This record gives sequence, C-alpha cells and structure tokens, in this order.
Amino acid sequence: MTVPIQCRPDEVFVLNLGPQHPATHGVLRVKLTMDGEYIVKAEPVLGYIHRMHEKMAEAGSFAQFMPNTARMDYLHALAYNHGYVLAVERAAGIEVPERAEYIRVITVELNRLSSHLLWWAAFLLDLGGFTPLLYAFDDRERILDLLERITGSRLTYCYFRFGGVYNDIDDEFIAGTRDFIKRLRSRLPRMYHDLVTHNIILIKRLKDIGFITPEQCRKYGATGPVARGSGINYDVRKNEPYSVYPEFDFDVPVYTECDSMARYMVRMDEIEQSLRIIEQALDKLPDGPVKAKKVPKILKPAAGDYYAAVEAARGAFGCRLVCDGGKSAYRLKLRSPTFSNLSLFGEVAEGMLLADALAFMGSLDLVIPEIDR
Amino acid sequence: MDTSIWRPIIYLVCFMAFAGLNAAYLGWCERKGAGRIQRRTGPMEVGFHGLLQPLADGLKLMTKQLLVPEGVDQILFRIAPILAMIPALTSMVVIPFSDNIQGRAVELSVLMLFALASIGMIAILIGGWASANKYAVISAARAVSQNLAYEIPMLLTVITIVMITGSMNLQDIAMDQQGGFWHWNIFRFDKSIFMPVSFLIFFICSVAETNRAPFDMAEAESELIAGFMTEYGSMGFGLFMMGEYLNIVVGACLTTILFLGGWSCPFGLFPGVWWFLIKIYILIFTFIWVRWTYPRTQVYKLLNLSWKILIPFSMVNLLVTAAFIKVF
Repeated sequence: MTVPIQCRPDEVFVLNLGPQHPATHGVLRVKLTMDGEYIVKAEPVLGYIHRMHEKMAEAGSFAQFMPNTARMDYLHALAYNHGYVLAVERAAGIEVPERAEYIRVITVELNRLSSHLLWWAAFLLDLGGFTPLLYAFDDRERILDLLERITGSRLTYCYFRFGGVYNDIDDEFIAGTRDFIKRLRSRLPRMYHDLVTHNIILIKRLKDIGFITPEQCRKYGATGPVARGSGINYDVRKNEPYSVYPEFDFDVPVYTECDSMARYMVRMDEIEQSLRIIEQALDKLPDGPVKAKKVPKILKPAAGDYYAAVEAARGAFGCRLVCDGGKSAYRLKLRSPTFSNLSLFGEVAEGMLLADALAFMGSLDLVIPEIDR
Repeated sequence: MDTSIWRPIIYLVCFMAFAGLNAAYLGWCERKGAGRIQRRTGPMEVGFHGLLQPLADGLKLMTKQLLVPEGVDQILFRIAPILAMIPALTSMVVIPFSDNIQGRAVELSVLMLFALASIGMIAILIGGWASANKYAVISAARAVSQNLAYEIPMLLTVITIVMITGSMNLQDIAMDQQGGFWHWNIFRFDKSIFMPVSFLIFFICSVAETNRAPFDMAEAESELIAGFMTEYGSMGFGLFMMGEYLNIVVGACLTTILFLGGWSCPFGLFPGVWWFLIKIYILIFTFIWVRWTYPRTQVYKLLNLSWKILIPFSMVNLLVTAAFIKVF
C-alpha cells in the first residue's frame, strides 16, 4: 500500500531538473524549490561534466592543449581556438601573417553563424516548436560542410596554429561561402522571421519574460548577447579589438528591453552582422602565407602573465596564461562566458513559472561543457 | 429498428477496425506529415514508404516489459491507460458516419460524447497522480485545469447548435444540414451571424481538449519530460498514444457533424460516407499541420484565452443565437 501524501497549503517541494532533462541541453542540474508551478528558489548545480581542462594545460605542451579548446564550447569551437592561440602568440611574441588573420575571422564568423543557428533551433525546441530545428539544421549543415573541407572536422575543430592556421582556403571554399551568404540572406526574412520571429505565440512567450537588469549583468559579469540584450554595448571585437576586426564595418546589435525577446533579437541581428563581416573579409582577402615562419616546435614563452579575450557566440571568452619559462603553462585560467551567464539564472528565475524559467534558460544559450570545464 | 443480433456485431467489428486502424495509422500520418512540413521524408524503412511502421512500433511496444515503478499506486497506474483508450473507442458507437451507418442511434448522443470526453481527462489525472512523479503530477494538474477551461466554451458552442436544430441527436443535427454547403451550420447566418466564429471556437477547444500542440501543456516535453506519461512504457504508453489519436478522430467527427454538414456534399452531389471521411481527414490534417507549425503556449496564457476570450464570446454567441431564434 502506498502512504497517502499529505500537503499543507504553504508546502514547497524540491524538483531536481536534470542532470538528464530535455531542456537543460546537457548535464546541467538545477535544484528548484517549487511552490506549485512557481519557482521559489533555483540553484544550478555543476560538476557533472568536469574534465580538468585547466589542469591539462599544465601537464602537456602548449600545442598539446589545442584540441582541448574545441571541447569546451563545442558549438563555437573556433573562437576558443582563437582565444587560446592569441594568448600563446602574445606570450611567445609570434607575428601572424595577414592572410591567416583573415582566414581566422572568416572561419570564426562562419562558426558563429552555425552556433547561432543551432541555438535558434534548440531554443525553439524548448518552446515546443519542432519544425524550425530542421530548417536551421539545413543551413547549419552547409556551414559544417564548408568548414569540413578546410579544417578536416565538423564540430570540434583544431584548425588554428600558433602563428597562423593549419592550411589555406581554396577557391571552392570561397565560392561556397559566397553562395551560402546569398542563401542565408534570402532565407532569413522568410523562413526565420516571418515564420518564427513574428509568430504571436513566440512573441507572447518571450516579451517581458526573463527580465535581466544591466546591474545584474554587471554584477555577475554577463557578456555577449545576454548583456547586449540588456542594453550594455559591449563586444570584445569592438571594445578590445583583436585580429583584423577593426578593418571591418559591422554593427553591434544592442537592445534595451532586457527580456528574452531582446536576447533573441540580438542573436538574430548578429547572424546578419556575421554575414557582413564574412562578405567583407572575402572581398579583402590578401595573398600570402598562412603560417608564420620560424615558429619553434616546442614553445618556451618568457615568464610572465598574459591575457587574451575573444568574442565567442555566447560572450567574452578569456584566456589568462601564466608562464614560468617552461614548455607548458604554469597556469591557464579560462574565463567562459556561459558560466557567468548561468550565474544569473538563480536570481532571475525566482518567482517565475517553470515553463517561463525554461524559456529564459534557453535564451541564455547555455553550453554545459563550457561552464564545467 | 432492426432487431437482428448480427447488425450490432458487424457494426461493432467495423467500428473497432476503423478505430484501430486510425489509432495505428494516424501515428504514421503524423510522422509523414511532420516529415513533409520539415522537408524530410519521414518513415521510409519498414515497408513501402514506411507503411508497416505502425505494425513494427506496435510489436516493439507489446514485446517490452510493462514496468510498474516502485511507489506508484498499483491499481490506478494500470487503469489509467485503459481509461484513456476506452471512452474514445466507446464514442465511436454513437457517431453517424452516414444516414444509415451508425452503431447505435442514441437520442442524447451529443451529451454522451461529452460525458465520455470528460472521462478521458480523468485518465490523464489518474495516470499523472498514480505515477508518483513530480513532473507527472504537475502535468496532471495542468491537464485538468486546461480541460475544465476548454470544456465550458465547447459546451456553450454546442448548445447553440442544439438550439438551432432542436435535438441532441447527432443524426438529427446532421440531417438538418443536408443539401449544399449553405445549409451547413458553419454558414447558417440566418440563425446567428457568429456561426463561423463558433466553428473556430469549437475547433480551438477540440485542439485543446485533445492536448495537442500548441496546447500540449500536459506533455510539454521540454518542461515536463513527457508529462503524465513519464513513467509509462510498453503498451501503457501505447494505449495513451492510441487514445490521443482516437480523441482526435472523435473530435474531427464531432466538428464535421456539428458544423460541416456531416456526410452532405458541398454541392449536393452524391451524399455519402466518403464526404464524411474526406471532411474528417481534412480536419485531422489541420490538427497535424498546426502541431508542427506553432510553438507551445504558456499555461496561464492558455487559461487566459479560454476564460477571458472564448467563454465570454461563446456566452454572447449563445444569447445572440437565442435572440435570432426567438425573433425569426
């Protein structure tokens, strides 16, 4: 016989959302204290996919750590490649040929597009819309095909090298990328905006839900589309320019509504801006080598403290490298954007309905292996 | 009435076959429809264009262990899937497919259908509660509040039809609309100017009643895993699914009879059961189409829609129709 359940009206219960749950997109566990469907307290619990990436950097050589960078944010792996490579190049004083810088920008932006498309698809899945997933994956597939041609992998890229990139891009890649830009530009207004962005159900689900104030963003160190959706005009590509980004004309979309819809719109606008950057980079692409000459096989940067940050799809990714003159890092501290963005969740989700909180979580665009390095 | 024992038996077998085929093959239709909408092919492997897929799925479900987790209410847990399926099956008995194809001509068939539909809701409540799973309980609570909210405008709309026809017999309601589409209840502007809107309200309510997207609060998989079905596997899950599809069929049949003239042809040609089938499958396709196009709404928005828009409007509609009938 089962014991009858006794309930008091003021009773709350604990709901363990995850680590296996369809809405957490990985092994995130959120301990929710619920009053009916209202969240009284939300507490994200991490540690289910910790792989000691930072410690691995201290064990191996600098080059050996390269593949690890792609295993953090596997959706925007090239930006993590870029951040790490930048830090090491600063430490070792390696100059990168201009063509390599352009190729880096093109591939990073293509990867950003694929990341945003996947976010869009998964976010709509959180909201219960299945069909957009297939449309977005149709486009994303083409990006993966393009990147596969030159990098050799489809998801966890290890394409950048200290002082350049692994290999040069060819005419077929350039033509394919131009075709893709044309294709996505024609599909964006019709398939993405008409069908989904302007859908009344979507607007009602996102407008005025998941309100993050700019103060909260600053308090938790939120960056990327989350901060830009709250009216903070901060983009590492503009504020602390790296690589050849200053040479391109692009806007940083900023929305001041602070709700889930604002974050949605920031990402949708960023897709267009990334297309603009790729187009300009393809037009300006200079000739020349793609790898710096005389990069030693075993790097031994001078002792010191180095930092490099890049704008990844989810926010500012920072690499702090402390060297002691040896052939591996003394300490590598990785600043991952979604860790800060997730920290917001507990405070903002209080008092929300479960379904709204999950829509809000989707709008933060979490990638768990990157939070839990 | 024909008193031969064979007539009910033959009808029973035929309706069971119809219900069973629909329950099995609507799953296939749904997957194919979703496939077309999403620019893919859907099931293709089992049989020609995946036509044997429902058979394979059924076999798979039946060979699986019927797992009853520890701590659940043993009896209720087992009853719930059956309770989801039986009312939908029973509803088929009173539905007139044509002027001479009907299992049993019950005088209050409209009332009976709605009574049976409410039992379907209780199945979800029991299933969710007996599972002793937090997601399932939340889902059950959602399902009940949703079904309550949507039954009211649905019944109010049906009352207008009953007033127009003056009968609660589905056969009479359908007979009243014979001969061309201008006789259909949806276009009967001489009875009430709001008839197309009534149809819309009724259709929205039947989507909500069957727990289909965009109103699939009870099994919102990104929030509640699988809602009340979370703990069910094997044929328990299979019965819930079949119950859902049968409810869709019943909903489509009811909409067709109440608003779209039952088996009458839009142009007055060859009235017969085929017109009825064409109409219900168009409606069922709309169900599938809506599901794969729209994202899910929110619980409170769903309830707001019902309590703030649909119920007041169906009230007004009822009064207007009553006034029309009184005046003309």
